[in-house]
Amino acid sequence: MLAYAALITGIGLGSMYGLLALGFHVTYAVSNTVNFAQGSTMMLGAVLCFTLWVTFGWPLALAVPAALLLCAAWSVFVEIVAVRPFVRRRSESWLMSTVALGIVIDNLVLFTFGKEPRGMPAGYLTTTYLPVGGIKVQALQLLIPVIGLLLAFAIHLFFRGTRHGKALLAVVQNRDAAQLMGIRVQRVVTASFALSGFLTGVAGILVGPLFTISSTMGVLFGIKAFAVAILGGIGNAWGVVLAGLIYGIVEALITSLLGSTYTQIVSFTLVIAALVFRPNGLFGQSATRKV
Amino acid sequence: MKKVWSAFRQFRLVGFILSAGILGMTVDPARAADPVKIGHIAALSGGSAQSGEAITRGLMVAIDEINANGGVLGGRKLELVQRDDESTPPKGLTAARELISREKVAIIFGGIDSPVALAMAPTLNKEKVPHMAVWAAGTGITRNGANPNYIFRVSAVDVLVDVKLLDYAAKKYGAKKVGLILVNNPWGESNDKGLAEAVKSMTGMEIIGSEKFENNDVDMVPQLTRLKDKGADVLILVGNAAPGAQVMKARERLSWKVPVVSHWGISGGRFPELTGPTAGDAHFVQTYSFFGKQSPVGEKVLAALKAKYPSIKGPGDIFAPIGTANAYDAMHLVALAIEQAGSTDGDAIRTALEDLKTPYQGLIKAYNKPFTATNHDALGPTDYIMVHYEGDNVVPVY
Repeated sequence: MLAYAALITGIGLGSMYGLLALGFHVTYAVSNTVNFAQGSTMMLGAVLCFTLWVTFGWPLALAVPAALLLCAAWSVFVEIVAVRPFVRRRSESWLMSTVALGIVIDNLVLFTFGKEPRGMPAGYLTTTYLPVGGIKVQALQLLIPVIGLLLAFAIHLFFRGTRHGKALLAVVQNRDAAQLMGIRVQRVVTASFALSGFLTGVAGILVGPLFTISSTMGVLFGIKAFAVAILGGIGNAWGVVLAGLIYGIVEALITSLLGSTYTQIVSFTLVIAALVFRPNGLFGQSATRKV
Repeated sequence: MKKVWSAFRQFRLVGFILSAGILGMTVDPARAADPVKIGHIAALSGGSAQSGEAITRGLMVAIDEINANGGVLGGRKLELVQRDDESTPPKGLTAARELISREKVAIIFGGIDSPVALAMAPTLNKEKVPHMAVWAAGTGITRNGANPNYIFRVSAVDVLVDVKLLDYAAKKYGAKKVGLILVNNPWGESNDKGLAEAVKSMTGMEIIGSEKFENNDVDMVPQLTRLKDKGADVLILVGNAAPGAQVMKARERLSWKVPVVSHWGISGGRFPELTGPTAGDAHFVQTYSFFGKQSPVGEKVLAALKAKYPSIKGPGDIFAPIGTANAYDAMHLVALAIEQAGSTDGDAIRTALEDLKTPYQGLIKAYNKPFTATNHDALGPTDYIMVHYEGDNVVPVY
C-alpha cells in the first residue's frame, strides 16, 4: 500500500518535474544557456491562467493559450535582458541575472496578485476520479505524464527530424559556422527561449489545480527541476523526462518509507551520488570538446 | 572658577527639578483632559493585513464604549495610536520604541505574528510598558521568564491549544491513535513538543506518528499513507490554510474519512476555496464565534460593529473574528486596570492587571481575576471553542 501510493504520487509529481526540466533542456541544447528562473515562469503560467480565467472571467479555452503565449513572451524577455548581453561578452553572468530576474518577477506577482494563495475552481479533470487500488486518482494526474511524454516525443522529433530542428542543433555545435550557413543564430536562440517558456507554462497550468497558486509556488519546483535536468543529462529530451519520473517516484518512496523528515535530505544526496557515478547524467553523453 | 561654575550648575539643576515639580503640580488639573494613549502594533499591510484590521475593529468598538461612559481616570478619553509592523520583528521593535518614547502610550496591543511579539517582549519588560497580546499564540510570549513580567495575553496559547485539540479528539471522536501532520517550521516543532507533552495526561491515547510537510509540498498522500498504515483514528493538523488544504485534498484522494482536528492556522486564508468540498471536515480551534446564539454582550458588539463598519451586514462579514473578539475583551480589561491603578504608569497598570478587583462580563467569557502574578494568560482550554467551515463561514460545532 505504501509503495503503491508512492508510485502514483511519484509519477504525477515526477512528470511535472520532467516538463519543467524540458524547458531547461531546450535552451541548453541550442545555446548552452538556461533560464534559472524556470520556477518563476511556471508560477507565471499558473498565475496568469488563474487571473485571466477566474478574475477576468475569460473562457478557459482562451485563458490557457493566452497564458502560454505570455509565458513564451516572458521567456524571450529574459533572453533579451538577462542572457544575451552576457553571452555576447562571453560572460557567464547570465547564471546570476536569470536568478535575479526570477526574484524580481516573484515579487512583482506578490505585489499585484497578492500574498494569499488561491485555488483553481474545480473542473472536469480534477473532479473525475479513477479508482486505482485504494487511491482515487484525478484524471488530471494521469493527463500530466501523458502530456509530458508527448511533448518530449514532439521535441525529439522536431530536433532530429525537421530542418528547423537541425538548424537549432547546428547552432550549439558551432555558432559561427551556423551563421555562415545562413542560419539566423540570434533568432534561433530566441525561439528556443520562447519554446522553453511555453513548456514551463504548460507545467504551471497543469500543476495549478493540484496545488495552490501563489507567487512562491515555483521556487522549490525550479530547484528540483534543475536537479532533474542535470540528472537526466540536460542535452537529452527523453533523459530529462525519464529522470523527472525517477526523481518523483524516489522522492515519494522516501517520504512513504522513511518519513517526511528525510525526504529532501535523502533525495538530494542521491542526486549528488548519481552524478558522481555518471557525471553527464543518467542518460547524457559527454560532449566532445573542441580545443 | 571651575568650582563656582559646577556649584552653579548643581544649583541650577536643583532649581530646575524644583520648578518642574511645581509646574507639574500646577498643570495637573489641565492634564485630566489629555487622552490616554493606547498603542497597537500589528500587521496592517501585507498578507496578514486582515488580522490587524480585525484587531483594530475590536479595539475601536471597546474604546467607543469606554469613552461614551466617560473614559478613564476621571474623564480622560482613550486614544488609539497604531503602527504597522509589516509582520517583521525589527519593524515591530522600532515601532514599540517610538510609541514608548514619543507617544508615551500606556500599553501596547500586539498583532498576529508571534515572532514580532517575542522580539518586542524584552524591550517592553525593560521599559516597564505593559503589552497585551490579542492574537499571537506562541507560548514564550507570556511565559518569557521575566520578573516582573509586563506581557499579558487574551488569546490562545500553543501549549494549551494542544491540550484542547487532544481533549476534543477524545471526547468528540473517541480517538485513541493520534496521527500528527505538522508544518516543518518552529511553529510545527513547538506544537510537536506540546502535543507529546499533552498526550501524557490523556488516558488510553497515544501518538502513533508525527509527519511533517513543507509549505510548498504538492502531494501529501505519502505522509498520510504512513499515518493511515499505522492506524491513526484522528489527525491533528498544524499549518496554514494553503498547505492545510493540500492535506485535506490528499485525505480525500485516499478516501480516508478520518476526523481532522486542527490548530487555527487554517482560518488565516481562503481555506474553503483551496480545499473544496471537504473543507468542513476539519474542525479547528477559535476563541469566539459571532455565529449561533449570542450573549447580550455578543448582541451589543455585533450591533456596534454593524453600525461602525457598514460592510458588516451579519456575522459572516466579520473576517478574522478572533482578532476582534480578543481585542474587544482585552481593551475592557485594560481600561478597568488603568482605573484601578489610578494612573497610566506601566508598573501600576501591571500590578492592577495581576489583581483585577472588578469582575468583567466580556464577549468570550466572564472574567474574574483573569491574570495573576504567575499567570498572564486570561484564556485557557475551557474557553476555546471548536468550529468548522460551512461555505465561507466559520460556524461552531457542538
